[in-house]
Amino acid sequence: MDACQPGRKKYLPPPCYTATFLSDVVILSPPVKKNAPQHLIGVVGLEIHAQINSNTKLFSGSSVRFSAPPNSLVSFFDASLPGTLPVLNKRCVEAAVMTGLALNCSINRKSLFDRKHYFYADLPAGYQITQLRRPIAVDGVLNYSLLGGKKRNQVIRKTVCIKQIQLEQDSGKSLHDDVRSQTLIDLNRAGVGLMELVMEPEMSCGEEAAAAVRELQLILQALGTCQGNMSEGQLRVDANVSVHRPGEPLGTRTEVKNINSARYLARAIDYEIQRQIDVLQRGGTVQNETRTYDSKSGETIPMRDKEGLQDYRFMPEPNLPPLIVYEDNASLPTGIEACQAVVVQKIREGLPELPSVKRDRLVQTYGILPEHSFTLVNEDGLVEYFEAVLRATKKEPRKVIGWVTNELLGHLKLHDVSVSQSPISPPALAELLELQETGHISSSVAKQVFQEMWRSSGKTAPQIIQEQDLGLVSDAAQLHSICQKVVDSHPDEVQAIRNGNKKVLNKLMGLVQKETKGRADPVSVRAILKELTS
Amino acid sequence: MSVFSFAVTRTFSVSVQNIRPLCKLLNGGHSGTNVQDFLGRRNSSVQTRLFSSRPLNPKVPEFPTWEPVPEDQLPPPAQITADLVDKLERLALVDFRTKQGLECLEKAIRFADQLHVVDTSGVEPMDSVLEDRALFLRDDAVTEGDCAEELLQLAKNTVEEYFVAPPGNIPLPKREERAAMLKHSEL
Repeated sequence: MDACQPGRKKYLPPPCYTATFLSDVVILSPPVKKNAPQHLIGVVGLEIHAQINSNTKLFSGSSVRFSAPPNSLVSFFDASLPGTLPVLNKRCVEAAVMTGLALNCSINRKSLFDRKHYFYADLPAGYQITQLRRPIAVDGVLNYSLLGGKKRNQVIRKTVCIKQIQLEQDSGKSLHDDVRSQTLIDLNRAGVGLMELVMEPEMSCGEEAAAAVRELQLILQALGTCQGNMSEGQLRVDANVSVHRPGEPLGTRTEVKNINSARYLARAIDYEIQRQIDVLQRGGTVQNETRTYDSKSGETIPMRDKEGLQDYRFMPEPNLPPLIVYEDNASLPTGIEACQAVVVQKIREGLPELPSVKRDRLVQTYGILPEHSFTLVNEDGLVEYFEAVLRATKKEPRKVIGWVTNELLGHLKLHDVSVSQSPISPPALAELLELQETGHISSSVAKQVFQEMWRSSGKTAPQIIQEQDLGLVSDAAQLHSICQKVVDSHPDEVQAIRNGNKKVLNKLMGLVQKETKGRADPVSVRAILKELTS
Repeated sequence: MSVFSFAVTRTFSVSVQNIRPLCKLLNGGHSGTNVQDFLGRRNSSVQTRLFSSRPLNPKVPEFPTWEPVPEDQLPPPAQITADLVDKLERLALVDFRTKQGLECLEKAIRFADQLHVVDTSGVEPMDSVLEDRALFLRDDAVTEGDCAEELLQLAKNTVEEYFVAPPGNIPLPKREERAAMLKHSEL
C-alpha cells in the first residue's frame, strides 16, 4: 500500500478508501458498503386552485369581481339560505375542459359532483360542492422548462403528471380581528368557480415547483381561463412536502399554505425540505400537519386550527345530476339545444396558441436560441416589444434579441417596471440600433446612450448623441493624428510590438479610445496603429 | 324482528282507538252501528284512510308483503368502539354516550344491515334520483347579488357590512374533559 511508505510528501489514498489524518498516523477506512444510506431528498407535490375567469359564480348568478363592497356580490344561494339550489355555469365547464385539453388530459364524458363537509365560518353551507369520485379531467401532463447549467442559459425540459382537474366552489374570506377576538366574514368570494389541479409528487425542489407554476400561469393566461395573479389570490398553490431516501417509501408529508408568489413558493419549499431533513437527522419524526409560510421570516409555522386528520364525510351531491360533455356534434342526442351542450371537439379547435408552441414558433421564425425565446415568453409583453422593434429596423433578429433580453430586461428588472411601462419605446430602441448598425456610434457608446435614454425618457437617440457628442469619429485624418500622438508618446510599447508582442497593440488602442472618449471606430484605429507600428 | 312487528301493531291499535271518538263527534251521537257500517263498507283491515273519497290504488297491497329478514342472513353485528363513538360525537356534535344511546345506535346499524341481503352484482350504483335528467347549464350572465342589506339583517352580529364569527373553530374538548363536563351538567 502506498500509504505506508515513509518519506512520501504527498499522500494519496488508494481509490475508494478514505484517509483520516491523526498527527503522524494515517487511518485508512475501508470503502463504505454499497447500500449505505444516501442523502435525503425532497419530494414535492402541488395542489393548485385556479379561480375561473368568468362573469358569474359557479352555481349562482352573482357577479365575480376582485374588489367590491363587502357582501355585495352575494346571492341567496351563496349565503346558503334554505331553499336555494345550485345551477351550474356553462362557462366554468368550458374553462375546465379547455384547461384539461391544454394539459393533455382525458376529459371524462360523465363527471359527478360531491359534497365535502367541514365546519368553518367562511363556508356558510357547512359543505363545499366539489368533484372527488369522477372529476372532469384526469391524467394530464404539464411540460415546463428550467434555465439551468452553469450560466443558467441551458433550457432543461421537465414534466410533471397531473392527476386530475376538478371543478369546485371557493369559500368566503375571513378577516381575523385579534384585538376584539372575532372574525369578520365577507362572502363575496364564496361560490366562485375554482379549478383544482392535483399534481403527482414528482418534483424535488422549490425551483422546479416555481418553474412549473410559472408555466401553468402562462398557459392559463394564454387560454383566458384564469388570470393567474398569485398576489390577488386568483392562483393559489399549496405544497405537499416530504423527504425520503431514493428507493425508500415516501416520508410523512406536511402541507404548506399561504404562499403568495412563485418566489415565495420556491423559498417555502426549500425551507420546509431543509427543516424536515434537520428533524430527521436529529432523530425526530416529521408530523403530518399543515404549516403556513411567513414571508417575513422565510419560515413555515404550524397552523394551530387544524386538529388532526379531518373526516370530510364525502357524499354525492343530491341536487345535481351527472355532468355530461359530448365529444363532437355527431354524438349529441336529438332534441338538445346548442346552448345546453358542451362539445369537446369545438373547444379543442378553438384553443389559442399555447406558450410552448409560441416559443418554438419564435425560434423557427427568427432564428433565436431556445433560451432567448424562453425569456421572451416568460415576460409579459416582451414578445410584442421584440416584434415591434424588428418591424422598425433592418437589423437581424439575432442581434436585436441580445438588446431586448439583456439591456432592456435588465433595466426593467432593476427598476421593477413592466414592459408596458418601459421609458424606451420599440421605435426608439430600433432607431438606436440602426445608428449602431450603420456605424454612427460604437456598441459601447450605444449602451451609454441606452442608459441615457432610460434616464431621460422622451429624448431620442440622435438628440443624445448630438448633445453629448458621442458620434463615432471616423474622420481618417483626425484618427491618424491621434494615433500618431499616442505612438509618439509610447516608444517602449511600439518597440515591443515591433519585437513581436502583438498584444501590446491593445494597450495602445485603449489609449487612443481614452483620447477620443470611446468614440473612435475600433476597426480603423487598429488598422492605423498596425500601419504606424509596423 | 320484534321491533318491526311491534311498530306495525302500535299504529294499528292507535288508529282504531282514535277513530271511535272522532266518529262520535261526526255522527253527532249516533250509535256505533253506523260507524261499523261505514267501516265495514271498506276493507276492515285498512282503517287509516277513513276520510278520503278516492279509492285505494290497486297497486298498493292490502296486507304488508314484506317479511323480516332472518338473523342468519345478516352479516355479524358491527362492534362500536369507544374511539368510534368519540369520532361520531365530534362530527355530529351530539352526545349519545349513554347506554340507551348506544343501544339505539346498534339497533339502527342492525336495521341497515338488511341492505346486505340484496344482490347488487352487475348493477350500477345510483347516487342521485336525478341521474336521468340533463344537468341544466346556465349562461354566464349576472342575475343576482346586490342584496347585502337583506342578508346582513339575518345575522345577529354584524360589523360594517361584515358578518361576525368567533375567531377560528372552537376546538371540542377531549373525551375525558367532555365526560367530566357532562357529569356536572343536568343531562
